[in-house]
Amino acid sequence: MFAIGEAPIDVVRLHQGLEADGAGAVVCFEGRVRNYNDGRAVNGLSYQAYIELAEAEGRRIVEEARGRFKVERVSCVHRVGDLALGDVAVWAGVSAGHRGAAFDACRYVIDQVKARVPIWKREHYVEGTSEWLHPDSAPK
Amino acid sequence: MNYRLLYFASLCDAAGRAEEQVASDARDVTALYAELAARHGFTFTPDRLRVAVNGAFTDWNHRLADNDEVVFLPPVSGG
Repeated sequence: MFAIGEAPIDVVRLHQGLEADGAGAVVCFEGRVRNYNDGRAVNGLSYQAYIELAEAEGRRIVEEARGRFKVERVSCVHRVGDLALGDVAVWAGVSAGHRGAAFDACRYVIDQVKARVPIWKREHYVEGTSEWLHPDSAPK
Repeated sequence: MNYRLLYFASLCDAAGRAEEQVASDARDVTALYAELAARHGFTFTPDRLRVAVNGAFTDWNHRLADNDEVVFLPPVSGG
């Protein structure tokens, strides 16, 4: 499952969606809004997405993870709109029989989402300015 | 031919709009981007952008058809 939405991410509900009788391991990643980036003080982020293509690309990534790793459930949700410090911007969760596949698949999903899905963040700085981020290379 | 353009992030800011209808003689996405970059002052070179036509990623040699929806995607920064 991959989704993009404006509403706050319901981590508890997403976590329940990973339940499976064969799931001996669950790994979740939360990407949260941080108060600094690249040496500048940040007080919020705005995310924009090309929704149609972002959802299609996100679904492809989830399917890739299902094919590459021995997993039970794979889910990822990304927010768009205006977010405050501490808000969850992206959530990726995987359940699997064993921890190795769960960690690997979760890492795969979040890395691929950050590299490929057409979503952009605008950083709002404490000093009053803001700008879109368009990294030169693969995001950290 | 007529094309529908969608703009995101800094390309949206540079163009001053999120979408527009364009009448153009450009027949492929490379020519169309050159025309729009000149008009709107886009500073990205094509090697830093991806391109999508009608909701799917494609390449810079893609031949355009009338009423295609074209999107030039600046480097992404989700997560």
